[in-house]
Amino acid sequence: MTGKIHVTTTINGDTVEFLADPRESLLDCLRDHVGLTGSKEGCGTGDCGACSVRLDGTLVCSCLVLGVEAEGKSVETIEGMAKDGELHPLQRKFIEHAALQCGFCTPGILVAAKALLEKNPDPTETEIRFWLAGNLCRCTGYDKIIRAVQDAAAEMRGAK
Amino acid sequence: MPKDDMKSGYRLVGTRPNRPDGLDKVTGRARYGADANLPGMLWAAVVRSPHAHARIISIDASKALALPGVKAVVTRADLPTGLTGENLNLQDNTLAGDKALYDGHAVAAVAATSRLLAEEAARLVVVDYEVLPHVIDVDDAIKPDAPVIREGMADYSVPEGMHGNVVRYMEEGHGDIEAGFAAADIVREQTYRTEATHQGYIEPHACLGQMGEDGRGEMWVCTQGHWYIRRMCSAVLGIEAANLRVTPSEIGGGFGGKTTIFMEPLTLALSKKAGGKPVKLVMSRSEVLRATGPTASASMDVKIGMKKDGTITAGQVYFRMQGGAFPGMSPISEALQCAFACYDIPALKHEAVEVLANRPKAAAYRAPGSPMAAFAVESLVDEMCRELGLDPIETRLKNAVREGSRSSFGPVYNQIGLVETLEATRAHPNYAIPLGPNQGRGVGAGFWMNHGGETSVSLAIGEDGTAQVMVGTPDIGGSRASIGLMTAETLGIPYENVRVNVVETGALGVNEPTHGSRATFASGKAAVEAARQAIAEMCRRAAAEWGIDEDAVEWKDGAAHPAGPNAGKFPPLSIADIGATMGSTGGPISGHHESTPGGVGASFGCHVVDVEVDPETGRTTILRYLVVQDAGRAIHPAYVEGQYQGGAAQGIGWALNEAYIYGRDGRLQNTVFLDYRIPVASDLPMIDTVIVEVPNPGHPYGVRGVGETGITPPLPAIANAIHAATGARLRALPMAPPKVLAAIKAKG
Repeated sequence: MTGKIHVTTTINGDTVEFLADPRESLLDCLRDHVGLTGSKEGCGTGDCGACSVRLDGTLVCSCLVLGVEAEGKSVETIEGMAKDGELHPLQRKFIEHAALQCGFCTPGILVAAKALLEKNPDPTETEIRFWLAGNLCRCTGYDKIIRAVQDAAAEMRGAK
Repeated sequence: MPKDDMKSGYRLVGTRPNRPDGLDKVTGRARYGADANLPGMLWAAVVRSPHAHARIISIDASKALALPGVKAVVTRADLPTGLTGENLNLQDNTLAGDKALYDGHAVAAVAATSRLLAEEAARLVVVDYEVLPHVIDVDDAIKPDAPVIREGMADYSVPEGMHGNVVRYMEEGHGDIEAGFAAADIVREQTYRTEATHQGYIEPHACLGQMGEDGRGEMWVCTQGHWYIRRMCSAVLGIEAANLRVTPSEIGGGFGGKTTIFMEPLTLALSKKAGGKPVKLVMSRSEVLRATGPTASASMDVKIGMKKDGTITAGQVYFRMQGGAFPGMSPISEALQCAFACYDIPALKHEAVEVLANRPKAAAYRAPGSPMAAFAVESLVDEMCRELGLDPIETRLKNAVREGSRSSFGPVYNQIGLVETLEATRAHPNYAIPLGPNQGRGVGAGFWMNHGGETSVSLAIGEDGTAQVMVGTPDIGGSRASIGLMTAETLGIPYENVRVNVVETGALGVNEPTHGSRATFASGKAAVEAARQAIAEMCRRAAAEWGIDEDAVEWKDGAAHPAGPNAGKFPPLSIADIGATMGSTGGPISGHHESTPGGVGASFGCHVVDVEVDPETGRTTILRYLVVQDAGRAIHPAYVEGQYQGGAAQGIGWALNEAYIYGRDGRLQNTVFLDYRIPVASDLPMIDTVIVEVPNPGHPYGVRGVGETGITPPLPAIANAIHAATGARLRALPMAPPKVLAAIKAKG
């Protein structure tokens, strides 16, 4: 048996404290200790991307990060993507383009796509496909996801 | 209803509004199987067999139970005895009896105060096994020297003399098969193989169950059908269905794999043993791959007779399928139904055997049986077209079934859309794009019969004239939107004024799962009937208000109107007017419909794929992909396209890469997504779609059901394209680079 470790971190702009078993992933801590269940576990081995979050701005699979590693860092999850009651353009475009069927992979894909558009506001189809190659979707065949990301990117470029 | 009437314009049907659950699903608010928690909740973990086949000598849980925080352990000894048939199969799969039958078979389960503790306790359960010889491959399993893995499992259909691992035999057909082959100019015969693949839904199975000492329980579970969960859990645990209330979570994909139980009863059994504390059990990805629903693997002989002009004179198949260590799970019946379903052939002979092997109990997977059958039949049709120099679409058109054709499995087709689908495929620009070196084009057709199924739907009008629809089919890909559109269309009110809720088992009569492409067809049809009942009642209320005969009232644009000048002059009473006063005009207004609906309409599809094969590595790249399929009527075209694209992507994975890989020890070797690799975004191009609409006369809006068919054509279409690109014919899946390279080299 191992003692739990007190972790203080920032999640979606709020200071959050929790007690983590040192074996627990950040995903486990978000879901089971903080109550943010928007990040999903599809594999637990970093293959599916359903648990994608930003850790100090870096896109990570939260199942491959220990909860205790979040100490003093900033975590962004799907729950923080809409701001002031306004959906992020990616969220809106995913609904408009029917870019989700079951919706289970959607939070991870949205978090990953947002990271892409911050880095590359005008990605080609190929760039989007390779960026999202770590986010598995079994329902859509990706077609409408790619189109939604392209459309959101175009809108965001126009808005600037 | 005549076809032309159904072509008339609808206000909402055929539009693409936002889905009502979209906001929850893009914000992380939607609650899936693993997202629910309860006060005092325990976590469960499962002890699984590391052997493909082993006798269980003893199970010692004393060390696990001695760990502080461990509250319960269950083994098969805790489950009731005396079950028979499929109920016994389900119980045997939930927890092994005297033998573990596959790598990953559940042997015991523990509940503890945390997930980590439960996992630790599971590792402390000591199981003593006597390892037994196993069989994995379907053809190996029926070799004379193969061990019989379960005695006495064969049913009455199996002829004497067949291997003990054969548990079911089917034989069907019509016409004079010998005369059919004699009438052909060429007769060709080949053997094809497909591997077991997993549905690959991204959400692992998850369940939160609670049951008191009185046998009354509640469950929260990700499932395609919560009444199935109720029935199966009740049977496995020996409790009454009425005492189990099952609430479906949002579901993170299913594709047929979530139409049955795997570990769900364990939460209830553990809860009961732990004094009624709720118990949560979430599978890992490895558990999903090792112990839940793959599809069957198949080995298939096909023989076809064809005239020089492409007319098919006779067809014969012999299918061997294994669906794991439990009888009844190989879709041999469906495979035989689908094999020649696209073609009008005077003489057919179908045979199939179901074989047991030491693999997990197969579950349904999108058009069960159809993709394997299509791989065999559509590949051989293509090989023969190539030999005779015939165009593959023209040849399919020449033999295509149409209204009035007797199907290969018996019934006569009514209005079907295969000819329209093939014509739309031929007319599509993709079919004429010139190809470069190492590139090839392949065509494949596919079929699914679709399904009605037990359906119960209720509808209630609100005081403000909005409507609430209660359905029992979980929304796996936009069915709330399609059912909402049809209900709003029928009531004559805005789409936004209808809310479709997926409700728990206590709220409706029995509903079959969302399977067989039935949700929009069956729940939609029932919702329309329920809306019509509510309309009739609202017309009665208006008639009473106006003091006229109820026959003199008609419903249009969301309001009751006097029907013609003779009925009297009254201003219309809107649904909101009637809703506002319903308490004083006779009470709540609702509608309800339940049936096992007939009028199911089959859906045909045709795919065209262009590939490029790297001659040095054998790697196949999908350059472009086209899906053409008859939807009957696309209620929400974006989600119809989504079904077409998703089905194609799954078929592409099955064709090129996905397979269960076993070691010589009978253990599954690719138990994570890194090794069981499903198509990722960079593997695929955009997937073009054409929605053909030949309305189904058996549905008020012409719906056929669109989910299943799309997974079927990719398997043969890609094999046909690889042949066109390389000259090499691949007759075994998956067509992974080493196999393609070897085939290219073998051809010289």
